[in-house]
Amino acid sequence: MSVEAIVARCEALYNDLDLGFVQDWKREHGAKAVGFMPIYVPRELVDAAGMLPVGIMGGGDAVEIIRGDAYYQSYICHIPRSTIELALAGRLDCLDGMLFPAICDVIRNLSGMWQMMFPGKYVRYMDFPQNFAPGIGGEFYATELRALREELGALSGRAATDEALADAIALHNANRRAIAALYALRAVSPHLVPTSELYLVMRASNVLPVDAHTRLVDEYVAAARASNRLALDNIRVIVTGVFCEQPSLGLIRALEQSGCYIVDEDWVLGARYIQGDIEVGDGDPLRALCDAYLLQGLPTSSRYIAEDRKGRDLVERVRALGAEGVIFASPSFCDPALLEAPMLQSALTDEDIPYTSFKFSENSGQYQAIKEQTGTFSDSIKLWGTA
Amino acid sequence: MSKQTAQKERSMELQKEMISAHFKRLARAREEGKKVVYTFVPGNLNELVWSFDMLPVHPEINALQSGMRKLSGAYVQEAEKFGHSEDVCTYVKCDIGMLKRGNVGPTGEKLPEPDLLLLSYTGCFTFMKWFELLRAEYDCPVAMLHVPYQAGGRMTPEMVGYVVKQLREEVIPLMERISGRPYDEAGLSERLASSARAEENLVAVWETAKHRPSPIDAYFGGVYYIGPIFSAFRGLESCETYYETLRGEVEERMRKGEGPITPEGTVEHERYRLVVEGPPNWTSFREFWKMFYDEGAVVVNSTYTKVGGLYDDGFRHDPARPLETLAEYCLGCYTNLNLPSRVAYLERAIQDYGADGFLINSVKSCNSFSAGQLLMLRELEKRTGKAGGFIESDLVDPRYFSAANIKNRLESYFQMIEAKRQE
Repeated sequence: MSVEAIVARCEALYNDLDLGFVQDWKREHGAKAVGFMPIYVPRELVDAAGMLPVGIMGGGDAVEIIRGDAYYQSYICHIPRSTIELALAGRLDCLDGMLFPAICDVIRNLSGMWQMMFPGKYVRYMDFPQNFAPGIGGEFYATELRALREELGALSGRAATDEALADAIALHNANRRAIAALYALRAVSPHLVPTSELYLVMRASNVLPVDAHTRLVDEYVAAARASNRLALDNIRVIVTGVFCEQPSLGLIRALEQSGCYIVDEDWVLGARYIQGDIEVGDGDPLRALCDAYLLQGLPTSSRYIAEDRKGRDLVERVRALGAEGVIFASPSFCDPALLEAPMLQSALTDEDIPYTSFKFSENSGQYQAIKEQTGTFSDSIKLWGTA
Repeated sequence: MSKQTAQKERSMELQKEMISAHFKRLARAREEGKKVVYTFVPGNLNELVWSFDMLPVHPEINALQSGMRKLSGAYVQEAEKFGHSEDVCTYVKCDIGMLKRGNVGPTGEKLPEPDLLLLSYTGCFTFMKWFELLRAEYDCPVAMLHVPYQAGGRMTPEMVGYVVKQLREEVIPLMERISGRPYDEAGLSERLASSARAEENLVAVWETAKHRPSPIDAYFGGVYYIGPIFSAFRGLESCETYYETLRGEVEERMRKGEGPITPEGTVEHERYRLVVEGPPNWTSFREFWKMFYDEGAVVVNSTYTKVGGLYDDGFRHDPARPLETLAEYCLGCYTNLNLPSRVAYLERAIQDYGADGFLINSVKSCNSFSAGQLLMLRELEKRTGKAGGFIESDLVDPRYFSAANIKNRLESYFQMIEAKRQE
């Protein structure tokens, strides 16, 4: 399949806010689907219970917010209001349950709102430990996972057995490897993998069954490698702060058009939150899932970092990927991103790494000011090596 | 409203003396070789801190004190100069700004730097980022205590066990290392027993608001009543004395049929009994309060006065189970309850305290409180049939307090209550 065909398929899935694909999948498999909010949930358990995990990332710029605004003050970010809008419009009806991971107070409280607004639906708040010692936080998280496994099995009517979980972990390991290859290709040859395309390929992971998504990624990587796109005189940047509320596709394209090759970012993080394979071996797959969270999780804002200096990971990624600067793109009123930014910026300043920052909302429709800002950032690095 | 000048009761003087003495202790901490622990109000472990003979500092208290003293606006803007977004919590920015301007506390004395940041992660995500920011400034150890959220509407044994394990295996050993003292469980238990006695008296004070007229304002007056027990003093004898005194004064007012004391005298005619959800505004606290007592509006219960400990439902610190009881205390703080539980709490409060209505003061800074409050408003109106009001302000950023706007809304709200009475 050509790059264009793959991207067109992904874009159709991205625009499918009625979750038509999920409805078809449910009919075809006679099974249920469970939604989840950013950043990360252990999708392997949903798969093991025979259900389809479905990532919900708000309504983007395609949903007119009418009822959602009635539930949120103006100083709350946008993603919960568009998610409520989708739900009240019946566009999430095909989801038999929702998982709300511990990421911030807004998503946490949305779990309670869901309990009150949709009483017939299964709702679980995923309380990830902020203590990463296997014998302390690990014990707590293993208990949480066991409870989740029981509940998902009850919802589905099919127990998430150890065998099924081990199989699901193997499928997700393959997916993680495919995604790592995709990211590696973009890092080396960003002209072959425009981020606006990579983003759509990654967004497809929100709805496709994991094995189907792995095949899609493999196909895209092969097709992108075979393409003969020319390299442009763009700077290489990392974009950070976008782990929950997402920029519109138009905004991503505007960033690229302003002269930036995005060589790394933190959007659609769920599928690559666990770094590397989850090793099960002959052991307990649930414990392996638990340990992977403790020891292999990405250092995002919602995860407490006990020892390291904040921003060390970002500096290392800048160095490893040969990035020339960092763009802080934070959703308005996003506490995790905005509170984190000064610490990351301080780490960059100490290393003489240039950065720029702007705020956006998922439905921001005016890109010109941002494009001019990032274009100037790009030009200044090209001309003087600094911003 | 009576025309008498502001009354000063013994409890008020006691609290003032306690605060003043504590900030003096902090100012002398270095010369006296005392270790200093910065920690948060919700889920604070004061008894444990004191049992190691360390001194607690609560940054939120400093921020609200700065707000009341009209200092917070400059501190907030100072932090914004250092790259902190205008969108985020102003308690954090006030604290950072105060630090950047020399860390002079509310009483004019310089605060000592922390020897330990005790990060009790209870009911608020921002706490974690706040102490990450402070760690970068102070370069001192952090003890993280992750308190799970009561998402399912109940506290499970696993949650308690997880908190206890963190206390036993990580927090306490670090406190031993910093303080140079061994863990003294017997001493901790004594302090917990003292806490329980103070809590008993505090609950008795809250309960007086069921009386008509209420002898207390459980929001504007309530924030003074929680001062000692929510800040540095829970577990100390002075705290016990304060609540004994306060209870005596309040019960005496109740016997005499007197209303709450305000800065301009006693409320003589209680016209509206309200339950309030959310923190107050601190930068215009007096002006805000006046909008209520001028109309004879008395708050008979509030949720903000439960953020540092929810004792109404019977919880008391249990000296026989010191670490378990600390865990249960942390888990039970108001903002660690899920939204259905918060609605249920408010519904009970409206009924039990005979409220005419409820009001939400939604603050921009605090997503932990604010996200979901509009749904809570609808749900409570549906369940109770009482008039619900909604106003917006901020904790310590004076730019977000619009007096005229709030006054207009309150006046409309009081009219709404009157209209409901006619139905």
